[in-house]
Amino acid sequence: MVTLTSEEQAMLDGAQGAAVGKAMELLVRYAEALGAERFVETNNVAGVPGSAHPWLKDYYRADGGDYRAVFSRFDLDSDEVVDVPRMNAYSCHLQGGMDPELWAEQGMTPEAHENFLSDERETAAHGIQILKTCTPYIAGNVPVMGEHCAWMESSAVVFCNSVIGGRTNCEGRESTSAAMLAKRIPDWGFHRDDYRLGQNRVRVEVPVEDVFDWGMLGYFVGDAVQDTIPVIEGPISKASLIRHKHFGAAAASSGGVEMYHMVGITPEASSLERAFGGAPRGETFVYDAAERRRIYEMLNAVGSSTDVDYVMLGCPHYSIEQIAHAAHLIEGRKVHANSALWVFTSRAVKATADANGYTRILKDAGALLMTDTCSAISQAVPKGTKVAALDSAKQVHYLPAMMGIEGWYGTTEECIDAACTAKWKGRLQ
Amino acid sequence: MTTETLARPDIVLTGRKVVGGVAEGEALVTRDTISGWGGVNAMTGTVIESRHELRGQSFAGKILVFPGAKGSSGWSAVFHMARLAGKAPRAMLFNVMTTKAALGAVVMRIPAVTDLDRDPLDVIETGDRVRVDGDRGVVEIWKAGARPG
Repeated sequence: MVTLTSEEQAMLDGAQGAAVGKAMELLVRYAEALGAERFVETNNVAGVPGSAHPWLKDYYRADGGDYRAVFSRFDLDSDEVVDVPRMNAYSCHLQGGMDPELWAEQGMTPEAHENFLSDERETAAHGIQILKTCTPYIAGNVPVMGEHCAWMESSAVVFCNSVIGGRTNCEGRESTSAAMLAKRIPDWGFHRDDYRLGQNRVRVEVPVEDVFDWGMLGYFVGDAVQDTIPVIEGPISKASLIRHKHFGAAAASSGGVEMYHMVGITPEASSLERAFGGAPRGETFVYDAAERRRIYEMLNAVGSSTDVDYVMLGCPHYSIEQIAHAAHLIEGRKVHANSALWVFTSRAVKATADANGYTRILKDAGALLMTDTCSAISQAVPKGTKVAALDSAKQVHYLPAMMGIEGWYGTTEECIDAACTAKWKGRLQ
Repeated sequence: MTTETLARPDIVLTGRKVVGGVAEGEALVTRDTISGWGGVNAMTGTVIESRHELRGQSFAGKILVFPGAKGSSGWSAVFHMARLAGKAPRAMLFNVMTTKAALGAVVMRIPAVTDLDRDPLDVIETGDRVRVDGDRGVVEIWKAGARPG
């Protein structure tokens, strides 16, 4: 049974309004399901509140089919429709369904765009920050070590826990929307010290240095440890934001890793002993040259034609460092007539790319810098796409399967080359 | 033989309530974990993940028995949509507790039990008749064909 503080009981009883009461009701049901004994307070919530496909609005048409109806009935799973006030917690909206300007290029209809605009007006009116990204930690929401968060988006969750030392479970839409109102989340899982200790060991025996290799190691780790917490040690170098971003997204896709420890690199793994605490050390998995090759082949298993007609960069959303790199690689070249290049980032990062002239460089080369979404989230690829090239292990895990296309995984350089030649020439160095 | 003895379950498991309520139906069992977003079509209740052993099969109206939830944080929302579309399972039994499975069971509003005293994947087979009493954490199983209609 979950124990409520007097303030939480009052919230449940409606002292802070009907919406907060409904939010607490859902959070209590959720805490009971988890077996949590109490709540933690959170003032850092990232989700996808209130946004809805027209199907969902139509489903609630008897209740008005508006934001209020969707937020009450779907986000709070409430049996009655309540007025939804401004959010109480510091809240942000993660990735959305289309680029605010290039939506037609993405194949969206004017009606879908109208729906997008209407949802966004409501999001803003409810005090939810429109970050519209899977990388809130490079768009204005950087947690600190030990901060209790309630985040969705597996790649952001694993980054928050592992790289920052923030504390969040992989929350869902309903729990984050409720937490935005109630500022509470069940004290379970990654909020608790003992849950954050390593469970299995990964010994790396080949040098892992560039972003491409960090991504492959991430994909290996997830495949090996599934949803447990790995403790990784070995010749891993040049740790940086973009390397961790790619590693975590890959590990979360191939397995379901929500936290990892890299000995001497991540904040809760100053040593092997510290990373495991008193916990049993589980199995040991070895990443060597043969495994590296196996992972490369696995990531390229859905590619057979070398005629690349689409290159997508920006999964997870590109940082300004990555956009600068892509712009540098393509400056003075042109995207091939038989191919297309779309690069995805957040609006905050795009503002910097605009100021630096990177957006213009990409445009002059025939590429597009897009925000808010990605090809997998919006299921949007250039018309007629059959073969995609990607520099993200996560995206190659999802996109070909979702769209029924072929996919190649390689370095950013190989992907830019593919965009400019419409040919895949990637190989494992 | 009386009806009562015929109706006695072949196996009874006990576990921990995740979501209360009582439901009875035919089991659909998988040893593969299940992804929500990208792994399930909510409008049909069908598993769509490539290489999944239930690929192409629908869990709508079944007692879904599986190891646990995996994948995107969109798990609960996808299963929530399945409930609205009338394609949710009738009840859920699973082994590994995660935020995805817990929240998914809550918003589907279906009886769910975990931490069972025997691995449900070992004792329940697809097609078995299963009654889940979420409130008491009791799962009754009639092996396929053993229960009178």
